[in-house]
Order: sequence, then C-alpha cells, then structure tokens
Amino acid sequence: MLLLEQAGEYVLLMQRALSKPDKWAVFRNQLMNEFTNLGIDSIGIVAIISVFMGAVVSIQTAYNIDSPLIPLTMVGFTARQSVILEFSPTIISLILAGKVGSRIASEIGSMKISQQIDALQVLGVNPANFLIFPKIIASVLINPVLIIFSIFMSLAGGYLIAQLTDLYTPQDYVTGLRYSFSAFTVFYAIIKTVVFAFIISSVSGYHGYKVKGGALQVGQASTNAVVHSSIGIILFNLILTQLLLT
Amino acid sequence: MITVTNIEKSFGQKKVLRKISLNFEPGKTNLIIGKSGSGKTVMMKCLVGLLEVDKGSIFYHDRDFSAMNDKERKSIRKEMGMLFQGGALFDSMNVEENIGFPMKMYTTKSPLEIRKRVDFCLERVNLKGVNKLSPSELSGGMIKRVAIARAIVLQPSYLFCDEPNSGLDPQTGNLIDDLILEITHEYNITTIVNTHDMNSVVEIGDKVHYIYNGELWWSGDKNNILTATNTELQDFVFSTELTRRLKT
Ligand SMILES: Nc1ncnc2c1ncn2[C@@H]1O[C@H](COP(=O)(O)OP(=O)(O)OP(=O)(O)O)[C@@H](O)[C@H]1O
Ligand SMILES: [Mg+2]
Repeated sequence: MLLLEQAGEYVLLMQRALSKPDKWAVFRNQLMNEFTNLGIDSIGIVAIISVFMGAVVSIQTAYNIDSPLIPLTMVGFTARQSVILEFSPTIISLILAGKVGSRIASEIGSMKISQQIDALQVLGVNPANFLIFPKIIASVLINPVLIIFSIFMSLAGGYLIAQLTDLYTPQDYVTGLRYSFSAFTVFYAIIKTVVFAFIISSVSGYHGYKVKGGALQVGQASTNAVVHSSIGIILFNLILTQLLLT
Repeated sequence: MITVTNIEKSFGQKKVLRKISLNFEPGKTNLIIGKSGSGKTVMMKCLVGLLEVDKGSIFYHDRDFSAMNDKERKSIRKEMGMLFQGGALFDSMNVEENIGFPMKMYTTKSPLEIRKRVDFCLERVNLKGVNKLSPSELSGGMIKRVAIARAIVLQPSYLFCDEPNSGLDPQTGNLIDDLILEITHEYNITTIVNTHDMNSVVEIGDKVHYIYNGELWWSGDKNNILTATNTELQDFVFSTELTRRLKT
C-alpha cells in the first residue's frame, strides 16, 4: 500500500516538475551549475572505477580462456562487449545513484526543512519545477557523456593489463576490440543510461522534496534515494534488455 | 486590505482554526498574538496559500485567493513578501543573489539595476558591505534583516512576518520590529506579524488580534490591550513578572 501511495506521490510531483521553467535565463544558469555538480564532479570517480573494471574484466576473461582453440583476441572482444553492454551503463549508473542521488536528496531535503521551498512557493515560483527539473535535464544530458567516457577508460584498463602482464598482447587486445563491432550496442548503452539518469534524478528529487522534520529525516531521505534509485536501475535494466536485445 | 471570512482548518481530528473572521488593514502592522500552538503559523500559512483552508474565504482586496489555483495565485504572490521564522535564505546564493532573486525571476531589469535595488534594500535594513557573504556567514539578526530586504525588494503590498524577533536579543528584536513598522508606514503595506512577544505588541501593534485555542478571542490595538478585561487575554498579557509589575 505504501509503495502504491509513494508511486502516486511521485507521479504527481513529476507532473509539476516536468513543465516549462518560469524563466529561461534563470533555468540556463541552473543547468550550467548542475552540469558541474552532477557531471564534472563525477569524472574522477568514474575514471578510477572504469579503469579497474576494464582491467579486471580483461584479466578474468584471459584466465577463463584455457583452450588453445580460442584465440586470445577474444579478450578484447569480450571486454568490449561486456563493458559497453553492461558494466559501464549499469555499474557506473549505480555508482552515480550513490553519489549524485544522495547529493540531490540531501540538497532538496535541507531546503525543505529550512523553509526555503516554502519561500519559493510564496514567491510564486513552482518549487518542484525550479529545483528538480534542471537536475533531471542535466543528468539526462551529462550521464551519457560520462558513460561514453567510462567505456573508453574501461577499455584502456584492459589495454594497460596487456602492457603490464603477458596474459595477452596489446595486438591481440586491439584486434579483439575491433572485431565485429556493432554500433547498436553503444546505442543500447546510451538508451539505458538516459533512462537510469532520469530514475536517479527524479527519484532522488522526490525523496528530498517530501522530507518532513529535521536533519535526521534528511539523512533518511538520502539513503532512501540511493536504495530506491538503485532498485529502479536494476529493474529497468532487465526491462530494457528484454525490449532491446531480444 | 485582506479580508478573512469564517476560515476553518483541521489536521485530522485536531481543529486548529475555528471560524476566524477578520480584516487586515493597509498601512498598518496587524499583529496576531497567542500562545505557542494556538495556530498563528497555521493561520499565516493559510493566508499565503502554503496550506489550504477547509472552509471560509480569503480575499486580497476583491480577489478571492482561497478559490484560486497556484497559477492564478501567481499574480497576487508577486505582491507578497514573507519573512520566515528562520529567515529561509537560499543556501546556494550569497546575500546579493538572495535579495535580487525575486527581481531576477519577475522583472526584466538588467543586472546593474538589480544590483542598485539590492543595495538600496540592504541600506534600508541597515546593512552594508555584506553583498558577497553567504547565509552561513551571517548572524541571526543579519539573517532576519537580509530576509526582510528580500521580502521588500519587489515593493510588496502585503508583508507577512512569522515571529520576526524570536531568537534575537531584546535590542536586536526591537530594531527588527521598528524596521517592520517603518517600512509598513512608509510604503503603505498591509503587514501581518505573528508574535508572542508582549514587547513587540506594545511597540508596534497598530492592530492586535488575540487567538486563543484556534478562535479569534479579542481584537484591539497596543493602546487598549493593557486595559482589556478579557480573562484569557489578561493571562497571556500578564504572564511574565515584568508585565505583572507594570500592571500594579
Ligand atoms: N502540518 C501539520 N500537521 C499537523 N498538525 C499541525 C501541522 N501544522 C501545525 N499543526 C498543529 O497545529 C497547531 C498550531 O500550530 P502553529 O504552528 O500554528 O502554532 P503557533 O501558534 O505558530 O505556535 P508557536 O508560537 O509555537 O510558533 C499545533 O498544535 C500543531 O501541532
Ligand atoms: Mg509559529
């Protein structure tokens, strides 16, 4: 019952959030800020996680190829496919759910408890739109960029292993990377990322917006934001994979 | 002029406002007094539309505010300024941006014109040179003053203040009270002030409305409140040692 109620509240809030901004000049400023807060600030963590992820995937694939009939170029191929299809869009989105989701929920939540949202409303501003909409738009635009960046960093991680170890050669790896490439996989990754970005920003915005009480409740909201957007991501990962890959 | 007619508000079973009717007059500080939990904040939130009344109507001049939706209310809200109990300054903006925000939203003024108006309002509340400070760098009294500056930046016709001097020392509290009074008279604003501070009442109470248990119990002004014979009102007015001594 609670779930249904929350889902209803969420839909109603999104109806108010997803509308034309009161003033475009102000919106443009906010959007630029959010690009920095939600995007640029995440580049570091995305880079580190991606390099290690790509390295580990490559090592594990090389380790699993014990038949001499399977060429070592398979390492590059497998790493590319799994990074593009799953690791970058899903794992990085989950990381972003933790980093960006908690940030959004606590920012909006603390504005709620200190009456800043009431102040916006008395000013005649639609607070849901003013606070949540720029975050959604910024996430939906910047997360695909982060994911493409993550794909390159992950594949670089695999290349690094080729350089540092003799599990497979750089030539094998690169040949594998280029083997039978389909642009559709990247398209699929971007679609997933956009949907996940919407889930992260809107679900976290919702949890921040409905905070009542004090600092403790802001903390709870930010935990809920991370948990619920992660569940949303996992769920829609399955749904989108069913729809797009079968 | 704001005309309130028979408004009622409950939360679940709990009746907070019971059939309250009164007028708030322009160019005057209209005080709402009452003890903690009597419904002052709820009443003010109903007036500005942060809460919806269950019954009754609220008219701004001849416009039925209580019957409007948020979009229709926008035009009235541009004429409102509100001073929240904690100031409610926007954390993400500095003082100057906070005060200029309503102008940025609703006017086509250039940054320079906004800057000028911001400086004027800051000066009006006796603050200077704090333009670039963030709200976390201000003292409680400064926060209240910046919040007043933000509330008057668009030259409102209606000013709402929820406990403007709570949490301040008596002197600073007096300054804020005087400021509200001056601004009200100077710009002919319909000002509504929630307070439980008797000092404010006798200083700035052009009109005083006493709310008891969700009902409007007594109306008058600062000149006749001390001689009023109403028992519940007397209990409230003479609740401190200081005021009791004044009486005798
Ligand atoms: N959102 C709400 N939900 C339920 N009850 C509420 C809500 N807001 C206020 N109340 C109740 O309404 C009553 C009046 O509260 P209100 O905040 O108006 O008091 P007040 O007169 O402003 O007191 P104070 O001087 O302490 O600020 C209280 O009993 C409070 O518990
Ligand atoms: Mg109150």
